Amino acid sequence: MSTSELVKTRTGASVVSKSRSKRPWLSERWQSFLLLLPSFIAVGIFVYGFISFTIYVSLSNWRTLVRDTSLRQPLLANYADLFAMPRWQADLRNTVVFTIFFMAISLVVGLGLAILLDRKLFAGTFLRNVYLFPYALSFVVCGVAWRWIFNPEAGINTLFNLFGINPMLAAVGVGPLQPGWTTDPTILLKVNDALILIWPAAGQLQVQLGVPAAMIPVAIAASWQLSGFVMAMYVGGMATIPEEVREAARIDGATEWQVYRQVIIPMLAPVTVSLAVLLLHTSLKIFDLVYTMSGTGPGFATDVPAIFVFETMFKATRYNLASAGAITMLIAVGFVIIPYLTRSLRER
Amino acid sequence: MVTRLNAIPRKFSLPRVSQILIWLVLLLAFFFFIMPVYVMIVNGLKEATNVSLSTMWNIPDNLQGGGFVEAARRLWPNMKNSLLMVIPATIISSFLGALNGYLLSKWKFPGADLLFTIMLFGFFIPYQAVLLPLVRFLQVIQLYGTIPGLILCHVVYGLPITTLMFRNYFSGVPTELIEAASVDGAGMLTTFWKVMLPLSVPAFIVVGIFQFTNIWNDFLFGVTVVPNPAAQPVTIALNNLSGSFSVDWNVVMAGAVIAALPTALVYIFLGRYFVRGLLAGSVKG
Repeated sequence: MSTSELVKTRTGASVVSKSRSKRPWLSERWQSFLLLLPSFIAVGIFVYGFISFTIYVSLSNWRTLVRDTSLRQPLLANYADLFAMPRWQADLRNTVVFTIFFMAISLVVGLGLAILLDRKLFAGTFLRNVYLFPYALSFVVCGVAWRWIFNPEAGINTLFNLFGINPMLAAVGVGPLQPGWTTDPTILLKVNDALILIWPAAGQLQVQLGVPAAMIPVAIAASWQLSGFVMAMYVGGMATIPEEVREAARIDGATEWQVYRQVIIPMLAPVTVSLAVLLLHTSLKIFDLVYTMSGTGPGFATDVPAIFVFETMFKATRYNLASAGAITMLIAVGFVIIPYLTRSLRER
Repeated sequence: MVTRLNAIPRKFSLPRVSQILIWLVLLLAFFFFIMPVYVMIVNGLKEATNVSLSTMWNIPDNLQGGGFVEAARRLWPNMKNSLLMVIPATIISSFLGALNGYLLSKWKFPGADLLFTIMLFGFFIPYQAVLLPLVRFLQVIQLYGTIPGLILCHVVYGLPITTLMFRNYFSGVPTELIEAASVDGAGMLTTFWKVMLPLSVPAFIVVGIFQFTNIWNDFLFGVTVVPNPAAQPVTIALNNLSGSFSVDWNVVMAGAVIAALPTALVYIFLGRYFVRGLLAGSVKG
């Protein structure tokens, strides 16, 4: 470009930008759209196209390696089969139990650590980095490590001996504390009988509803990995609250505890909502961690929908049933994520 | 001034007991968070002959490598697969995310926000809902069972989040810069190349680390798209190692350390950017 041309464009510029301020970027809009189109098409095919295909398979007769794309009658028969399966019912129960424990532990531990670290402390930054560290690791590594910590012959159970808890129990005539952890098939707090009283259809349930004991260690391992993330999000949220807010509360006579309970935590509500959505959708999808840590567990005590879909699809090759499971998972995640996304769209 | 005078004594009058209590809780949490890492490293360092479940918490007798030699031998080919997958996938998905984010924040067309939100949903879906057609599709285009196939998956399914992160980043860049560039005769893409890309180095570091960690840690795509164990990424190889009865568990523990090493090192040396990425990737802008 020669100097004279450059000058020409420079001088013409002020006129151009004036006319632009009336109707900005008109022709460029199409350019922008066309440049984005490949990405939209790719995501359109890989997300929405593939989901449509899976929905179709979930309604079809395709139940072996031999492709059969005829629709099954009645329309939702695969879903009916799925929800009648004892294993799937156990999976739903496990997901609910896992979600409750996992979310409660991660949110409480994460918020607690964020509050405790929210002051001048020796080695505070170092501790924060240690707490967040597990989040950088994969679920597989996490599962492999915790599998040995919750091994009934090792890990935690040998600590009970080391710390003298079992000798103490023996002294007062109680058997040693030796939980089976992920190998324990017990269902605690069975609620079937109570449920039948208020909802007679519950009599048709194929599983014991309650808390599978084996699910608790899995929830602890998952919380180990995500509590640091919760903490980091709360620390980020607290950093945006001006110091004046705390000071004002203190002047009003609030104790440190009240400052957090009545001022800081309510102000962090948006962070809590984001975290609840993200943790909930993680727990609905949880796969690698459980798969490596305990697998399906004794009597499907630690089985989850993601493992069911994976095994039914790629090992049993019952494509229609597996697809029905996958679409059920998708719908559950959609219920959590879509309101969250539409709300943030409206806020823009 | 009055407020300061009131506030300071209160802060210092915080009872000593509660200070100690805070430290105690934080220390307990420290042990809880460090425990699995301790177990992995300590037992990985033990020799096959003296690794036993009952002495799991003891430190190793010597530092001659223990299970690490065997674990490195077994996992090295898969580490290479992971690297060959994660580096191109991270670069391509970050770059496309940058272009998309730039267009969506600075050159909005009607309906851009809605299309973007529809795209963003793709980040949250359970991938089980796409696996069956995905595998078929990769078979048709002959990328099934290959590293390029995995790269394609990670790039496409990474697009929503990299686009989101760059879109948020570029929203903060003054639009005057683009106007100034267009005054100089620069078009949409020239402005991107010459003005926005040089400005977005910090964003590339943040997004790059985010994607590197996500893709390295992936398990589901690796295990479904690549059935051949020799071609699988390291997360799947580690799971196979852990499930195999012929392998001593000191090797499994050492393998877990090796498989975790790249993301752990990224975290240790670039932790600042890691946290930024996590906040940018999680909070909607």
